[in-house]
Amino acid sequence: MMASSYNAKEEDGPHSGTPGLGGAAVTKSKKPDNTAFKQQRLVAWQPILTAGTVLPAFFVIGIFFIPIGIALFVTSNNIKEFEIDYTGVDADSPCYSCAKDFSWNSTTSCTCSVDFKLEQPFESNVFMYYGLSNFYQNHRRYVKSRDDSQLYGDLSALTNPSKECEPYRTSNGLPIAPCGAIANSLFNDTLELYYVDSNGTRKEIPLVKKGIAWWTDKHVKFRNPGGNDNLTVSFEGNSKPVNWRKAVYELDPTDSENNGFINEDFIVWMRTAALPTFRKLYRIIQKKSSNTATLPSGNYVLEITYNYPVLSFDGRKRMILSTISWMGGKNPFLGIAYLTVGSICFFLGVVLLIIHHKYDTRNTSADIPS
Amino acid sequence: MLRRRLNRLLNNDERRVDSRTIFVGHRSGSPNDAIIPAKFCDNRIVSSKYTVWNFLPKNLFEQFRRIANFYFLIIFLVQVIVDTPTSPVTSGLPLFFVITVTAIKQGYEDWLRHKADKEVNTYPVTVLEDGRRIRKESEKIKVGDVVEVEEDETFPCDLILLQSSREDATCFVTTASLDGESNHKSHYTVSDIERDLESLNATIECEQPQPDLYKFVGRMHIYKNDQEPVVRSLGPENLLLKGATLKNTQKIYGVAVYTGMETKMALNYQGKSQKRSAVEKSINAFLIVYLCILVSKALVCTTLKYVWQSKPGQDEPWYNQKTQREKDTNIYLKMFTDFLSFMVLFNFIIPVSMYVTVEMQKFLGSFFIAWDKDFYDPEIKEGALVNTSDLNEELGQVEYVFTDKTGTLTQNNMEFIECCIDGFQYKHRDGSAEMDGFCVPDGPVSKPQQKAGREKEELFLRALCLCHTVQVKESTDQNDDQIDGLVADGEVSLQDQRGFIASSPDEVALVKGAMRYGFTFLGLESKNMKIRNSNNDIEMYELLHVLNFDPVRRRMSVIVRAKSGETLLFCKGADSSIFPRVRQEEVERTRTHVERNATEGYRTLCVAFKYLSAEEYRQADEGLREARLALQEREEKLMAVYNQLETGMSLIGATAVEDRLQEEAAETMEALQGAGMKIWVLTGDKMETAKSTCYACRLFQRNTELLELTVRTLEDGGKRREERLHDLLNEYHKKTVQDAPPFKGGVTRSWSCASQDYGFIIDGATLSMVLNSSSESSSHCYKNLFLQICQNCTAVLCCRMAPLQKAQIVKMVKNSKGSPITLSIGDGANDVSMILEAHVGIGIKGKEGRQAVRNSDYAIPKLKHLKKLLLAHGHLYYVRIAHLVQYFFYKNLCFILPQFLYQFFCGYSQQPLYDAAYLTMYNICFTSMPILAYSLFEQHVPMEVLLDNATLYREIAKNAMLRWGPFLYWTVLGVFHGLVFFFGVRYLFTNPALQDNGQVFGNWSYGTIVFTILVFTVTLTLALDTRHWTWINHFVIWGSLAFYVFFSFFWGGIIWPFLSQQRLYFVFANMLSSVSAWLVIILLILVSLLPEILLMLFRKRRGPNARQPSECDLLQTSRLQL
Repeated sequence: MMASSYNAKEEDGPHSGTPGLGGAAVTKSKKPDNTAFKQQRLVAWQPILTAGTVLPAFFVIGIFFIPIGIALFVTSNNIKEFEIDYTGVDADSPCYSCAKDFSWNSTTSCTCSVDFKLEQPFESNVFMYYGLSNFYQNHRRYVKSRDDSQLYGDLSALTNPSKECEPYRTSNGLPIAPCGAIANSLFNDTLELYYVDSNGTRKEIPLVKKGIAWWTDKHVKFRNPGGNDNLTVSFEGNSKPVNWRKAVYELDPTDSENNGFINEDFIVWMRTAALPTFRKLYRIIQKKSSNTATLPSGNYVLEITYNYPVLSFDGRKRMILSTISWMGGKNPFLGIAYLTVGSICFFLGVVLLIIHHKYDTRNTSADIPS
Repeated sequence: MLRRRLNRLLNNDERRVDSRTIFVGHRSGSPNDAIIPAKFCDNRIVSSKYTVWNFLPKNLFEQFRRIANFYFLIIFLVQVIVDTPTSPVTSGLPLFFVITVTAIKQGYEDWLRHKADKEVNTYPVTVLEDGRRIRKESEKIKVGDVVEVEEDETFPCDLILLQSSREDATCFVTTASLDGESNHKSHYTVSDIERDLESLNATIECEQPQPDLYKFVGRMHIYKNDQEPVVRSLGPENLLLKGATLKNTQKIYGVAVYTGMETKMALNYQGKSQKRSAVEKSINAFLIVYLCILVSKALVCTTLKYVWQSKPGQDEPWYNQKTQREKDTNIYLKMFTDFLSFMVLFNFIIPVSMYVTVEMQKFLGSFFIAWDKDFYDPEIKEGALVNTSDLNEELGQVEYVFTDKTGTLTQNNMEFIECCIDGFQYKHRDGSAEMDGFCVPDGPVSKPQQKAGREKEELFLRALCLCHTVQVKESTDQNDDQIDGLVADGEVSLQDQRGFIASSPDEVALVKGAMRYGFTFLGLESKNMKIRNSNNDIEMYELLHVLNFDPVRRRMSVIVRAKSGETLLFCKGADSSIFPRVRQEEVERTRTHVERNATEGYRTLCVAFKYLSAEEYRQADEGLREARLALQEREEKLMAVYNQLETGMSLIGATAVEDRLQEEAAETMEALQGAGMKIWVLTGDKMETAKSTCYACRLFQRNTELLELTVRTLEDGGKRREERLHDLLNEYHKKTVQDAPPFKGGVTRSWSCASQDYGFIIDGATLSMVLNSSSESSSHCYKNLFLQICQNCTAVLCCRMAPLQKAQIVKMVKNSKGSPITLSIGDGANDVSMILEAHVGIGIKGKEGRQAVRNSDYAIPKLKHLKKLLLAHGHLYYVRIAHLVQYFFYKNLCFILPQFLYQFFCGYSQQPLYDAAYLTMYNICFTSMPILAYSLFEQHVPMEVLLDNATLYREIAKNAMLRWGPFLYWTVLGVFHGLVFFFGVRYLFTNPALQDNGQVFGNWSYGTIVFTILVFTVTLTLALDTRHWTWINHFVIWGSLAFYVFFSFFWGGIIWPFLSQQRLYFVFANMLSSVSAWLVIILLILVSLLPEILLMLFRKRRGPNARQPSECDLLQTSRLQL
């Protein structure tokens, strides 16, 4: 770029007349300012990484990381997690028939129940997840197939959903609400958990369906068009998603705060997962009293209303029970990583210290003051 | 076939018109010939590139020829046409911005050129038309017009001199702005032209325009009332060149022969082509590597996508149906668009913002040159000037420096320093001189308090006053810069302010020197030379003959007859040509003086004389007359007579004249050589002069062995020139290349280990023999030999160069093996071609007009400023931009790599990992400012240290920081970081329940965590590399991190009505509410930075030969000084 130069050139003033060969140009004084900035002499901190400065840093990192790593590791190990695959791939699995005989058109839902045993009691609040595998919720065509303004309660988007929702935009000439592939493929298995006590009676475990979605999603990002009442009227001109069995206003008819677009199961589903194997929060089992375990050890039955086909794409369905700590769910990775990095830093610190003292005595005196 | 025929046709065409006929004053020569109005171009100078009409298409075309712009255009078009993961705005907007800014800049530059052209083209000139004087604009001059030019005006086009106001039918001209010679040259009118130009009826036949300034061949046919036309030959002495200035002559008339772009001046100017820096070439190379990476990434993804989709149920599971349009699309077309989509998704790897940042860095960075107060010269009240900022970093890469001599190395200001008479040294001391002008000699050779005899002294001074071709400037009232008002030794009233004009500035200096000692040359009056001696008496000498100077004899003589009737021959010349011709017993005493003076860089001349008896004179006179009338071999005959005359003389003494060097010229040259640069002096001046300058600048040392390849050495051997040339080249080559000790390692430059320094001298004529040798093969071979010799010499001196030859040399070196970076520095218009040719052209704001400054890339007031410009500014700019470029590639590699890896986990569906806002803002906002600040303010080594240690410059020589090694390092670093970011988070997300309320994170949280780590790591990596933390660096580095956090909150905090998807709504805030996310961010940042920290320590640990410790020692010492 040449602006600077030409500014300067113009200040050369009119050329004194010799054509083409610029005679003596009249110049006005333009002595550069003697400022620190213009002379590139700004006060500057000139750090140099030397063994003297880095060594303590390594030790500090080691000292901090190793305890954190231990804490993480211990925490993660203390988290109780139980996982069960109920897809029904094998012939002897309880949901085999449901999985095999699945048909979109069947009016009656297939149910199956899976027995399992918890060896250890789950003491604190237990979180119930469903997990899907080989389900590409992060596929581009899938991720973009939604209309957030429709979900935000925008009336024009309700009647005229975004083009991104294709091919789940209209059905039978009516705009679909909620439109798009994500909504259309809403996970609709129903999971119920029963405790089988020693004498064989089933006791249903109460599952809380609130508080599973992000607060901001539930209260801001998702809104029913025209308020939460009279959802039937609001969605009058809309068709239900093609794969749904019931309309959006029938998701939770018992609770108007959990119905329609603000149904938490729906909201959780709408937050697309990062990886093809994922889990989503389904229900919370709250701790009742301080002296009894939330889920005592023993036999349980998982009752499944099997609505969701995954075998066509070789997917798997799981139910996960897990307690939660301050670091979230069970994940040994962080603890191990912290321990490793902390130890490496510490080790490096030691090695460097040795090298430093052995070979670099000459420089030490010069380095450390900096 | 067709082309050949076409060529032949064209060639024929050219041959047919290899001369042009000009009708003086547009009057047909003989009455029966009608004028065939030949078409010549008009006198318009066009240096501009565009017109209003072709600006847009031409400029766009030129811009899109840049590989990067073209690439972005393609990406943009793909985004418009194909359904891609990112919107076309993300690449279209920056591209539009870049193109517009560049177009505006170039348009503005061209407008300035238009303005300058217009100023030249509309300059008023006077043209004689039908006996009337008509004022015209310069551009309207046509070939054949008779133009009037007055004193101190420049000639508007190439003219044949018809008439001069001087009585001797000559005029004086200075061609300072053409070839750098500021002395006056006489040009002659065509003889036998009537006084009345109105009735002149003549035609001129001359060659077609050609760029050689010193060649012109033509004929003039003068028709006089039905007589046979008179034919006069025309040579360069009749031709007044456009650009030269008329001096000491009231006015002249001339007929225009070449106009406009056909003038020799215009032909000597090459168009100002756009210079590209080597860094840009490196960028382009890296760009291609990254393009390959990009294409291979896209290919891999596309292939894998189709492999993956071939498994049943993967391509179109029930939950993710395709639209009807997708289903209808042809599979191959689909593959292609998928490929393009991947390209678009990964295209951020080559960000358009890099070009914006580089441009900004260059533009803003160049201000520091203009602002530097060290470049300010109080004399001309100006600082440095930056004409193009594209080449800042090239200043740190210079390997060859081509410098002009006159006005650049020297001030072109001759001064008489001392003389030696009869072996005794006389030094002029200002102010304290006695009446006779001589002070006490203090040289080591002469015995103190001793003087030569008074008679000898006077003889010497008379010789100085008589033996020259100086003219006294007539107008004494005028006091322009030609008149150096020398007031001699207190006798103000007696000494007029006197101006001398001579073809050589040495002569003026000698005459002035004599004047200081009391002998004043008063002028030539009808063959009588008048001098005033120290007793204030006027002495008259009749000038009988002048035996002119020529470069082969290297001496000149005059024969004068004194009042007393005795005839004397005074001779002055180079020592080598005088010493053999005087009595040997006198020589030794003087020789020591001469040699000492020569090594000090003074120009030495010896003076001798002899008495001629009447008989001798008669013979000489006869011989001279005869030789002068000879038609054939006139030169040779004259030479014979001269040689015969100039023998048996007696040596009187020697003089030393100093061509004053520019301030600190020698120190500057030394520093540049220390920095590993080779210095070539290219001058139009004589060899002797140039050589002494080289000595004075310490380019040639006392022990430097000089290898000469000049017309003189070629003629010495007595063989044919070509053979001799061949022999000499081979001999020198053997000496310098083959016998030179082998270097230790290729990297160190030759000068450090060369035991014997060589200096090489070549002149223009020989050079053209080397370059344009008759046979193709030998020319190539000579060229190679020549280059190799030169590369092994510490300094090379090329004298007697025409401007284009200078450019030729620069071009030759530029294109030689390894394509070294060249720098040309000059101050005159004769240097323009080489300034334009070299990678970096530097103009000195000297006395010889501003042509050089205007065509240069950088202009500085003085030569001494070159040192800081290269060693400090150039070095820093290079380090800065190299780091900038590497860092940019690095940060975009680790930006895009996770996105690439993510494709393996999202079914190769081109799903972006990051939100569109992050994709767009990453390069524009989050990471651009710190690197820009770094690239503007970084001083990895303080400037003083750089200036004091010229050798530091070599560490970055040969593009050291932008070679494949460092590039590989940065690429590996980028890949490592990308892997750490992606897989670190990937393992964290094996369980996406990361919050303490059991809620899970989705894909946008994943991307945001990766992106957060990315932004912090990339910024901190730069922080680690920053060695010079000014408050701006602090502000920008911490500021941009804070801005990222703030922006993320802001962007995720609002439901944006214009967005179709609220992907990031509260994602960032939620991320921060998770302890695990915090921990993983901290961990991965640290892991990423660890290798670099270790590497820095390791690099420092390698002992004293490593680069880092020396630097840090320097730093420490400098800090101690502070």
